[in-house]
Amino acid sequence: MPIETRLSPDLHANASTEALESAMVEIRNLSLWYGEKQALKNISMDVPKNRITAYIGPSGCGKTTLLRCLNRMNDLVDGVRTSGTIRIGGTDIQDSALDVTELRKRVGMVFQKSNPFPKSIYENAAYGPRILGASDRRELDQIVERSLRGAALWDEVKDRLNDSALGLSGGQQQRLCIARAIAVEPDVLLMDEPCSALDPIATAKIEELMIGLKRRYTIVIVTHNMQQAARVSDITGFMLMGELVEIGATRDLFTNPKDRRTEDYITGRFG
Amino acid sequence: MERIFDEELKALKGRILALGGLVEEQVQRSIKALVDRDSDLARTTIEEDHRVNRMEVEVDEECVRLIALRQPAAGDLRFLTTAMKIVTDLERMGDLAVDTCERALELNEEPPLKPYIDIPRMADAAQRMLKEALDAFVNRDAALARKVCRDDDFVDDLNKQVFRELVSFMVEDPHTITRAIRISFISKYLERVADHATNIAEMVVYMVEGRIIRHMVP
Repeated sequence: MPIETRLSPDLHANASTEALESAMVEIRNLSLWYGEKQALKNISMDVPKNRITAYIGPSGCGKTTLLRCLNRMNDLVDGVRTSGTIRIGGTDIQDSALDVTELRKRVGMVFQKSNPFPKSIYENAAYGPRILGASDRRELDQIVERSLRGAALWDEVKDRLNDSALGLSGGQQQRLCIARAIAVEPDVLLMDEPCSALDPIATAKIEELMIGLKRRYTIVIVTHNMQQAARVSDITGFMLMGELVEIGATRDLFTNPKDRRTEDYITGRFG
Repeated sequence: MERIFDEELKALKGRILALGGLVEEQVQRSIKALVDRDSDLARTTIEEDHRVNRMEVEVDEECVRLIALRQPAAGDLRFLTTAMKIVTDLERMGDLAVDTCERALELNEEPPLKPYIDIPRMADAAQRMLKEALDAFVNRDAALARKVCRDDDFVDDLNKQVFRELVSFMVEDPHTITRAIRISFISKYLERVADHATNIAEMVVYMVEGRIIRHMVP
């Protein structure tokens, strides 16, 4: 059965979340090969707007590859070939004429390891808007403050905006990376294991932040931490060997998965 | 892959079954104490209730421990939530056996009103439902669980029949009222035992299929 026909009844079952019907990202029959090796197998699904969608699955299942398709990060890898379509906000992002910089403005990304630039806190948050042409100091000040507030970092750094970002703690650095990503007001925020290097308190802060951010952004997260997926996401997809085995409302997937392989994975029986 | 958690779940299941077996015995003894007018048996059955209570608390604590430490999901989670609910039902059935014994002690102080016919039939049906609900739990048998739910009507009907009969006794001879009301209580207790067995069976369906069938018209 194609994934999308399996998906829709589950989603419609949750009448309280009406915005689920509005898809920000539409993936259809997406396959991807690294040379001879097929890493994604005919994936079709919608990423609903203003929701957190999580991908879980064992290492090598293709979840990060799928995430990287959404802002064409895989373009940077030699020998990658894809088929199928991905539309974000209705635009076909696989189109060769598409301006990838423009795409990445609309689809921000936060990585596993926080990677602030070796610049001041202010310059990190101002980096994207500057690239996109903002130069007015007052405008930049506003963007920086709004982004740092949005990333729940403002109160901790407002008195030392010109200090180096590298002096921040790991959790603060990661929130700065989120601030940097949202400074350009993307539609979609991709997060690849954003908390794997953080302690539980810093993790909890990022998770709280994500739940707040979904009001403005559509978030897609890849995580090894199933409890994290359960805590933050609205939709969870389970991937295995390049296949999207099952996707549905998080509360259903974690209480009553339909596929035996999902059950085995989330209960730790896998392998 | 076999997990340590599987061993813990198996041990927990064993404790629930031991509790279920004890409750079955308690219900059986309470009816025997009534039918045989055996007040000693009624008293020892009442004394045994603390074992049911202790086991219920132990199972409950073990469930909480496993939820906290193992963070169960999917089938494991449904098993543990089911376990927590069904021990409550089992413990209440134990209390109903005690209530039956208390009424039996009172009834044994007076001459018999009539031979017991429908009460033992109700008791048999309720006990069979309990046994089958527990079997369904152990074997993850949703079909058997659904049968238990259907059987509840039979006990409900017997309860109504017993009630009507007792009313006719009371109308004919007011001297029977005290005894008739006590017997009517016992009939109600047995009807409640069957209801608790039905609750267990409904939880088994949830455990197996992830579907809640409580409060649904069958």
